[in-house]
Amino acid sequence: MRIAAPRSAPTPSELRELALTDSEYRAAIDQLGREPNRLELGMIGAMWSEHCSYKTSKALLRLLPSEGGRVVQGPGENAGVVDLGEDLLCCFKIESHNHPSAVEPVQGAATGVGGILRDIFAMGARPVALLDGIRFGDLADPRQRQRFARVVEGIGWYGNCIGVPTVGGETYFDEAYQHNCLVNAMCVGLVRRDRLVRARASGPGNPLLLVGADTGRDGIHGATFASVQLDQGAEERRPAVQVGNPFLEKCLLEACLELTGDPDLIGLQDCGAAGLTSSCAEMAHRGGVGLEIAVEKVSRRERSMTPYEVMLSESQERMVLVVRRGSEDRFRAAFQRWGLHSDVVGKVIEEPLFRITEDGVVVASLPLQVLIAGFPERHPAVRAPELSSVLSADPLARTPPWTPEDAWLRLLASPNCGESHWIWRQYDHQVGDDTVSGPGGDAAVLRLRGRPDALALTVDSAHRSATLAPRRATAIALAEAVRNLACVGAEPLAVTNCLNFGDPDRPEIMWQLEEAVGGLADAARTLGIPVVSGNVSLYNQFDGQGIPPTPTLGVVGLLPDLSRRLGAGFAAAGDLVALVGPAGAGPARVELGGSEYQRLAHRVMEGPAPELDLAQEARSAAAVRGAVQQGLLSSAHDCSLGGLAVTLAESALLGGLGARIRPPVDLPERLPPSWRFGLLFGETQGRYLVSLPPEQLASVGAFFGKHETPFIALGAVGGSVIAIEGVAEVSLEQAKIAWSDAIPGRLELRRSSGS
Amino acid sequence: MSVRFGIAVFPGTWSDRDCAHAVALTGAESVPLWHADRDLKGCEVVILPGGFAYGDYLRAGAIARFAPLMEAVREHALQGGLVLGICNGFQILCEAGMLPGALLRNSSLQFRCQPTWLRVESTSTPFLADCQRGQLLRVPVSHGEGRFFADPETVGRLNSEGRVALRYCDQAGEPSHLANPNGSLQNIAGILNQQGNVLGMMPHPERACEELLGSDDGLRLFNSAIQHLAALPG
Repeated sequence: MRIAAPRSAPTPSELRELALTDSEYRAAIDQLGREPNRLELGMIGAMWSEHCSYKTSKALLRLLPSEGGRVVQGPGENAGVVDLGEDLLCCFKIESHNHPSAVEPVQGAATGVGGILRDIFAMGARPVALLDGIRFGDLADPRQRQRFARVVEGIGWYGNCIGVPTVGGETYFDEAYQHNCLVNAMCVGLVRRDRLVRARASGPGNPLLLVGADTGRDGIHGATFASVQLDQGAEERRPAVQVGNPFLEKCLLEACLELTGDPDLIGLQDCGAAGLTSSCAEMAHRGGVGLEIAVEKVSRRERSMTPYEVMLSESQERMVLVVRRGSEDRFRAAFQRWGLHSDVVGKVIEEPLFRITEDGVVVASLPLQVLIAGFPERHPAVRAPELSSVLSADPLARTPPWTPEDAWLRLLASPNCGESHWIWRQYDHQVGDDTVSGPGGDAAVLRLRGRPDALALTVDSAHRSATLAPRRATAIALAEAVRNLACVGAEPLAVTNCLNFGDPDRPEIMWQLEEAVGGLADAARTLGIPVVSGNVSLYNQFDGQGIPPTPTLGVVGLLPDLSRRLGAGFAAAGDLVALVGPAGAGPARVELGGSEYQRLAHRVMEGPAPELDLAQEARSAAAVRGAVQQGLLSSAHDCSLGGLAVTLAESALLGGLGARIRPPVDLPERLPPSWRFGLLFGETQGRYLVSLPPEQLASVGAFFGKHETPFIALGAVGGSVIAIEGVAEVSLEQAKIAWSDAIPGRLELRRSSGS
Repeated sequence: MSVRFGIAVFPGTWSDRDCAHAVALTGAESVPLWHADRDLKGCEVVILPGGFAYGDYLRAGAIARFAPLMEAVREHALQGGLVLGICNGFQILCEAGMLPGALLRNSSLQFRCQPTWLRVESTSTPFLADCQRGQLLRVPVSHGEGRFFADPETVGRLNSEGRVALRYCDQAGEPSHLANPNGSLQNIAGILNQQGNVLGMMPHPERACEELLGSDDGLRLFNSAIQHLAALPG
C-alpha cells in the first residue's frame, strides 16, 4: 500500500499550530515506524490535543469514582447515563465552549449548546433540559457587558430555536475572567432503556453514513485552538469558531430519535471537536474495528477542499452512523424526509486502522491505537504556590468601608448575588411542558410523566476561594450542589464535571488541577455521588495570566415525591425561620476568606477558605431532604454566596415577605464593628435557611436532632423589613430594588446613558 | 365521537408535542399533520403550533405559508373549520394572509419567556366561547418576534368588528404598558378572522393546562372548541 509521503519534515511552527511538541512528534514516528504525512499529522495533532485526549488530566481523572448502583454508563461515551427506574434512563453531560465564546460570543455559546445537545441525542435520548455555567469579567467594562449579553443571546438563540428548555444555571462575574470568559453548557436527556444507543462501530463491510450539514472550512483546528492559550491575536482565530444552525439540528434530532429504535442502527456519534477524525476514530476504536473513509464522497460546502480540511473540519450539525449493510437506503430516505442530506462516506473494516482515501488513493492510514491511545501522557511539574502569608491574614483586620446596611444592599446589588431574571427571561425555560420549577431557585425541577417522582438539576462552580484552597473549594462546590438539591427535596444521583483551568504547563496551575480533582474525588466518595461524565478545558489563560481554578459541576437528582417539592422563598407570614447546620461566625469562626463581601469591600482575597465537614454535609443533606419530603418545612434555601444576610434576603425577596431573626451565635456584649460583617457575610459552609409553621417546631427540631444535624430557630417571617437583630436591617423595598436591578442596572442604564 | 385535533409539524416545529399533551388532557384525540402532506386526516380542529418552521428564514412563517399542508388548512378554514395558530402558528397565519397584520421583533429586541395575563376581549370564537368577556387568563409567552403590528385602518377594523380576541393586561385587567411583553399595538395578544373560526395568538395555551405548571387557564381554549363542536348538529 502506498501512502502519500510527507514532502518534508514539519517545521516547529507547523507543529505548534497543531499543538504538538517535538517529543510528541517523535513518539508518533516511533509508533508508526515512519514519518506521518501532513494529513496524518493533522489527525494526530487533533486527536492528541488536550481537548480530545485528556493527555494532561487523564491520570488525575482516574481518581474520580464512577461506580454506583444507578450508573449505566460512566465516562467514555458521549454522555454519562443513570437509571431512573422503570426502564427510564437519564443521560447528561456538561462541556465547555470557552475559547470560541471569547472570540465570537454569540456563535461560540450557541455552538456550545448545539454540541452538548448532539452528545445527548447521539445516545438516543431526547434532550429535556439545558443548563449553563457562565463567567465573565467586571460588568463595569463595556466589552464585558457586550460579551455577557451576547453569550446569553447565543445560549438562548440555540435552545429557544431547537425547543429544549434552559432551566437553570449559574453566572458569576469577576475581573479574573476579563480575558477568558467561561461558557459551560449542560444537557440532560431521557431515554427508554431499549432505545439507548452507543457510539460503536462493528461488522466489517457495514456502511458509514454522514448526515446533516455539508462540510465546510469552518472550525478547522478547533480542538487544537481550544488547547492553546488565547493571545492578542485571538481575534484572528475567528475562522476556528463554528457557526450554528439550530434549525438543522432540530431536524437531525427528530430524525435520529425516529431511527434509534431501528435494529439495523449499529452506532451513532456526533461530529464535535476534530470533526470526522475524532468521531469516526472513537466509534471504530470502541467497537474494536477499523474504518475507511473516501473523502470525495463527503458533500462539501466549498470547492477544492483538501482531504486535510475535510477530515478536520468542525462544521456543526453533523452526525455519523454505522448501519447494517443493505439498510443504508432506508436510513437515507428517513433522513431525506426531514430534509437532511446524507452520504455513504465509508465502511467498517476489519483491521483496526483509520484509512482515508481520495479517488482510490490512500492518503492516510493510521492505527487507531496510535490515534486514540498513542499520545504520551503528560505529567507536568506540580508546585504549590506560596500562599501561607495570604492564608494566615486576618480578614477582620481590614476596616469595613461601609455600614453593615450599606454593605448588605451592595452585596444584593452585585450581579453575583442579585436576581438573574434578566438572563433567564431570554431563555425558553418551559417548552416540553415538564418544567415545574425553572431558573431562579436552588435547583430546577422537571416532572417525569406518569410517575410520582421528578428530576432535580443544578449547576454549581467553585467559588472564589478556589484560588486559596482548590481542593476544599471543589469539594464545597459539590456539597453546595447537594444542598441545592436537598432544598427542593431531591437526592443526588450522579455528577458531570467541567474543569476550567489555566495553562497546565505552569506548575502552580497543575497543582490547582491536581488539588481540585482530588477534592472532587473526596467529596464524591463521601457524599456517594459517582462522576459519570466530564470535560476538561485547560489553557484558559491570557498573556500569561490564568483564570482562577473553576471546576463546574452539574448534578442530577431525583425527587421522590414531586408534590412535596419546596421553593427557596418564604411562604407565609408567621412561619418560623431557622438555621440548619453550623451556626458560623462564632468567635472561633468568621469565614470571610475569599468571600463575596471581601471581593466587593476590599478587592482582595486573603485568609483561610471556609471549612468543610463532608460527613456532616451528608447528614445534613439527608436531614433536609427528609424534612422536605415529609412536608415538615415551608421553604428551604442553601446558604452560600454572600452568607447568612444575602440568603435571608433572597428567601424574603423570593417570597415577597420580610423576616426578623436573631444572630445564630451569642455575640460579645460590645461587638467590634468588623464582627458584624463576619456574621452577616461570612460564607460558612453546610448551612441552610429554612422556614416552617410554628406548630411544627418541636417535631422539626426532633427530626434534625435524630439526624445529628444542628438546628436552631432564629425568628419569624413577616413585616416589611429584613432584619438580623442587633446587627443590621434593611427594608424589603430597598432590598428588592438593589437585588432586581443588579444585572439590568449595569447593562441597560449604562448603555442608554452612554449613547 | 370524540373531537379530533390535527397538529401541524413543520421542520423546526417544537410545541407539537406540548399541544398533543394539552389535547390529551381534554380527553380528545390528536394526530400529527406532516407539512408535506395535503391530508388533514379528518381533523375538526387544526393547530399550528409554536416553533421555528423551516428555520424561520427570511421572516417567521414566511416559508411555512407555502407548505402543501397550508393549502389544506386554508381550505379547511374557508369551510368554517377551526384553526388555532399559536406563536409561530400565528406568524404563519399572518404570512399566509389568513389573519391580518404582522408579528415584528419584540420591542426589547430580546426573546421573552414569561407568564402574562390575558384579557378576553371577544367570545365570538369557538375557542373562547366558554369564557366571559373581560375574564383574565394566565398564559405564558415565549418568543422573539411577537409584536403585533397592523396599519391603523386594520387595527380599527379589528376593534370594531370584535376581532381582537385577547389583550395583554396586568393582574387587575388593565392593558398597561408594563403588562405588554413585546410592544404589541394596543396590547393585542390574539386576533380572529372575520368568521371567528381562525384564532392566532402569541401566548402558549398548551403550556397552561395544569396547575402544576403554573396555570390551567389555557385548557379553556381547547375545551371550549370541543364543546362548540359537540354542540353542532350532525
